[in-house]
Amino acid sequence: MTVFLQSYMSGIFADSIETTAKFSSGHVKVMTEAYKENQTQIPNDYAIMGIAGVMKNLKTTYPDMAWIDRIQFGGLLDAPDSAGMTRSQGNVMGMGIHLLGNQDEITRMDLKSKLLTGRFPVKKGEVLITDELFRKMNLKLGDKVTLISNSMYGDMAMYNFKVCGTLHFGTAALDKGMIMADIEDVRVALNMENAAGEVLGFFNDSPYVDSKAKELSSEFNKDNSKKSDQFSLTMLPMSGIGGMDFIIAYSENAQYIIIFIFVFAMSIVLWNAGLVGGLRRYGEFGLRLAIGENKHEIYRSLIGESILVGLIGSFIGISIGLVFAWLMQHYGLDTSGMMKNSNMMLPSIIRAQITTTTYFIGFIPGVLSTVIGAMLAGIGVYKRQTANLFKELEG
Amino acid sequence: MKTLKISILLLFIMAVGNAQNYPTGKSLLDKVDNNMSAKTRILTAKMEIADLRATRTMISKSYTIGDKKAYTEYLAPAREKGTKMLKLEDRLWIYSPSTDRTIQISGHMMRQSVMGSDMSYEDMMNDKPLLEQYKADVTGEETVDGRKCWVVLLTAIIPDVSYFTQKMWIDQEKFVPLKIEAYAKGGKLLKRTTLTNVQRIQGRWFPMSMVYKDMLKQGEGTKMTIQEVQLDANIPANYFNLGNLK
Repeated sequence: MTVFLQSYMSGIFADSIETTAKFSSGHVKVMTEAYKENQTQIPNDYAIMGIAGVMKNLKTTYPDMAWIDRIQFGGLLDAPDSAGMTRSQGNVMGMGIHLLGNQDEITRMDLKSKLLTGRFPVKKGEVLITDELFRKMNLKLGDKVTLISNSMYGDMAMYNFKVCGTLHFGTAALDKGMIMADIEDVRVALNMENAAGEVLGFFNDSPYVDSKAKELSSEFNKDNSKKSDQFSLTMLPMSGIGGMDFIIAYSENAQYIIIFIFVFAMSIVLWNAGLVGGLRRYGEFGLRLAIGENKHEIYRSLIGESILVGLIGSFIGISIGLVFAWLMQHYGLDTSGMMKNSNMMLPSIIRAQITTTTYFIGFIPGVLSTVIGAMLAGIGVYKRQTANLFKELEG
Repeated sequence: MKTLKISILLLFIMAVGNAQNYPTGKSLLDKVDNNMSAKTRILTAKMEIADLRATRTMISKSYTIGDKKAYTEYLAPAREKGTKMLKLEDRLWIYSPSTDRTIQISGHMMRQSVMGSDMSYEDMMNDKPLLEQYKADVTGEETVDGRKCWVVLLTAIIPDVSYFTQKMWIDQEKFVPLKIEAYAKGGKLLKRTTLTNVQRIQGRWFPMSMVYKDMLKQGEGTKMTIQEVQLDANIPANYFNLGNLK
């Protein structure tokens, strides 16, 4: 149980962090100093200019990372009537991502599982909107909608899109009014030629590792970031982005807290088992003392046996736990049906994650508890009086 | 004690005496209105918006009847060319040629900047006479750009005003405001407008250059230079028609 629970908790937390990274924060995020300071307001007036050069540099300097540019924006979506006047409107949060040409972002953000109706954009001028907004604005697939937003220079920007599909994220904040379009369309719409709000970086060879992300950020900032220049580039590790530090620290420690509680409960059970085992051998110890065996030898042999039993038991327990953990890691648990109306942003398939800890955590309750139980039970050996042994044995 | 009482009395008399030499706020604003208001106005203006990265220049031509009807067409740059705005009473529409859509600007959109400038749509739409929104008090005299000005403090008397107080420096001879500062209720300076190059146009004094500065925005502000102005010219009525926007 301990082994399975540890791998399950590791899996849940790792998946949640990875989902957030892939969707919004990256393992690291590059932006301008001023954008970083105001990032909750999505200040595209502080966007990164000359993004093609910035992307080229990042890919050359850090070839072990995957780099992707994105634009976030807010605005109004306006649907016209037959006369071209406003029929319905909705507030939207938007994201410009690479949708045309390759499937990388669709795969990274697991958008296939979120596509409810229609299809992904296949040509310029197409947009995905959330099903909730789609219904609220009384739209049909193929309808023309106009995005009204602010350009990078602060003036009003208007751009026409055709709705090609609807999305369902299972998160109220996103489902209320999220739209997604190809980043090149968003660049034209918001007058952001060769610019992007942010660049997300992902470790190619591993999931998020806070120390690695912090080291990378500090190395990048040493060469690029200048507090005095608000347009200088700065890199933030995921743990440095709006509240993520708490989630990452929580994920790193919460599993141990939960495991500790579980291990503690299991230890009491196994400790009792050791204690009962020791007491049931009361007669055997008496006989061994009566035939002249030393008390220390009996105590040592009792502990030695408990270590052996603990190791064998833990080995069997860990092996069984690992089988279940592997099944959960490999096949996962598809919760998409259950999560349809959920407000949590979690992957549709929950998986366990077997880590190094998984291999040894089972030994903690397995060995320690039996040994402590045996040690406590064995104390009774020292209280036995040789003179009373035969009397006790007769009884 | 006696000396103190006499001093206070003298100060009071001086203050009252000085205040009596000032014109009333209402009379000053009426003179500004008489000087600057025209039945119709046709303006061609250059707007230079200096933000943190660059300065963008736009050219627009606007047609105005009184303070209720206004039609503006942007002539340059290419991205903005053909963008039109129509203001009728308290309603405002904007036409974007790239989308071929006409959108009515309302609600929170009114607080957005006009073409990225330091001026908001709300500023543009505020056409109520100042005396209907503010109590005007002349608080002193100051010199702005070498010109002697009356300092007028405007304090809101109705709740739905964009700025709770405004301070206006009005040229004592030409009755043209040379500087306007707009404040929030808490006293924070929100906008500053400076008006320069006052010229005589068809018998009226008219500022040909204005700099709007949104104090909450970084950058140097928005400079508007009037290139051509015609007052009381004939403007065809169809300019103020929604159908004319497309």
